[in-house]
Amino acid sequence: MNEKLLLDDGTELEQVYCRPDTLTDVPYHYCPGCGHSVVHNVLMEVVDELDIQDKTIGVAPVGCSVFAYHYMNIDMQEAAHGRASAVATGIKRVLPDKLVFSYQGDGDLAAIGTAETIHTVNRGENILIVFINNGIYGMTGGQMAPTTLPGMVTSTSPYGRDVHMAGYPLKITDLVAQLPGAYYVTRQSVHNPNAVRKLKKAVTKAFEYQMQNKGTCFIEVVSNCPSGWKMTPVETIKYLEDVMFQYYPLGDLKVPKE
Amino acid sequence: MEKEMKTEEPRLMKGNEALAEAAIRANIDAYFGYPITPQSEIIEYLMREVPNRKDKKTIVLQAESEVASINMVYGAAGAGARVMTSSSSPGISLMQEGISYIASAQLPCLIVNVVRGGPGLGTIQPSQGDYFQATKGGGHGDYHLIVLAPSSVQEMADFVFDAFRLAEKYRNPAMILADGALGQMMEKVILPPDGGLPKTPKPWATTGKTKDRGHNIITSLFIQPEEMEKVNLQLQKKYEEMQSEVRWEEFQTDDAEILLVAFGLSARICQKVVDLGREKGIKIGLLRPITLYPFPYKRIAELSEKVEFILDVEMNAGQMVEDVRLAVEGKVPVYFKGRMGGMISTPEEILQEVEAIHEKQNVLHD
Repeated sequence: MNEKLLLDDGTELEQVYCRPDTLTDVPYHYCPGCGHSVVHNVLMEVVDELDIQDKTIGVAPVGCSVFAYHYMNIDMQEAAHGRASAVATGIKRVLPDKLVFSYQGDGDLAAIGTAETIHTVNRGENILIVFINNGIYGMTGGQMAPTTLPGMVTSTSPYGRDVHMAGYPLKITDLVAQLPGAYYVTRQSVHNPNAVRKLKKAVTKAFEYQMQNKGTCFIEVVSNCPSGWKMTPVETIKYLEDVMFQYYPLGDLKVPKE
Repeated sequence: MEKEMKTEEPRLMKGNEALAEAAIRANIDAYFGYPITPQSEIIEYLMREVPNRKDKKTIVLQAESEVASINMVYGAAGAGARVMTSSSSPGISLMQEGISYIASAQLPCLIVNVVRGGPGLGTIQPSQGDYFQATKGGGHGDYHLIVLAPSSVQEMADFVFDAFRLAEKYRNPAMILADGALGQMMEKVILPPDGGLPKTPKPWATTGKTKDRGHNIITSLFIQPEEMEKVNLQLQKKYEEMQSEVRWEEFQTDDAEILLVAFGLSARICQKVVDLGREKGIKIGLLRPITLYPFPYKRIAELSEKVEFILDVEMNAGQMVEDVRLAVEGKVPVYFKGRMGGMISTPEEILQEVEAIHEKQNVLHD
């Protein structure tokens, strides 16, 4: 970055932004308007800026971001559905000097992987867990997630989520924040540029805490799913602001006492 | 191979503890496990002993479940560590998903199954009811583990080294398939030498991407069928190469007219059957597969040419007997004797069976 670029007519341009080396040259497969690619960018920009590409090992989940390792130019492992935090534990325990993160969706982290999530944080594993909550199973075609809101229509709740039948949306981030092993717990989003900047700050802090062996850092990103929600990307942003953030308010849930 | 290295005095140890001590001496980087009878002594021994070995950096972690344990093994093995877990039948069932992923991602590791009687929660008594699960894959998809079946406390220790050696040679998960009796019983054991298993380079491991190489990916996902088929063909080629690692041992087979085939604890019992039979003038011998995968099909086929019949003895409803029949291809009758649910046939019971079949065979031939 900050390289000078000379045009044919002699104009000198300063490059202020480019694809970081931590992202591969593979086009994202995500649907238009999906938040995943933005979160990938943010993560890899932080890895680039902290110069920790050679130290960072990621764990991809099962879900839409199953191919995260195609895009992130770092060493990565692909975990079984829900087991990313156990896989990350295995990596971190044998390579304690490396920086390890898992990247998981709501079905992965808060349904099938609930036990692994809770116990990983409860052990205070020195890792970062990035939790993408869009309230739906995107990859399998828009089924109900543990975080689907009451009344929300999905392919397995075609008349809206009935809490008497299907239970309530699981605020797993609130649960995790109660555990002594959790060092830093925050809920962020990527629905506008300001939110993206805030997420980047949170990710940077989380990696710095990991370098100081502080315990588990947990970042929820309340995100969207235009295809699953059957909305345009712009409509999903409005839905996030009007509905999702009411149930999942943005902000820090646990911050270190400094 | 290990013989010349054994300079230590024999010790009296439980099978589970001998195995755990061998794991420490194999310089494992990590053990992840969840307690279950009859093998909890393995994690207990490691938790107790590792902190006293100042030269060891072994991680011993009690996970929240067998599901978590095997996925921790996946992560650590993918990061290049020498790693193992242990459990008993119901716990091994819980691990099957993870084992399938490990087999597909081609990660070397050791999984110990100290088998108990099933199905279901079953019993804590010894059994060989997990033979199918161990040797035919166990989880989903076409894969095999390398399976070693100890029949003594000595082998509980020795096979830790053998299993890691093979696992790392072939980038394949290996299993020690023992049983509750082998885990619990005490015998004389000469432990393998401390640090006697050199570490192998693992350039594929996720240790952090350096500038001089592309990023390393550990995955079992190959979404394009052409690619998935290629991975499968590569696995099958590897399993073919593994056939050269087949191991078995024979007792008094030179002049045998009746052949017993048994593995693990059943083979120990059948050695006694051979002795008792020989005392009665019955020309009986024993073949004991040491590796259950690969399986000694060829040798059993050869021996079947020379014997009147084969009796396969197991602590289950008849599992390995299917492989024995595959080897024999109907050339001689293959009979089965087994007990289930944690019960074990006595040598006398097995010999009676041999005599009864022998008599029946003679009637048929007269």
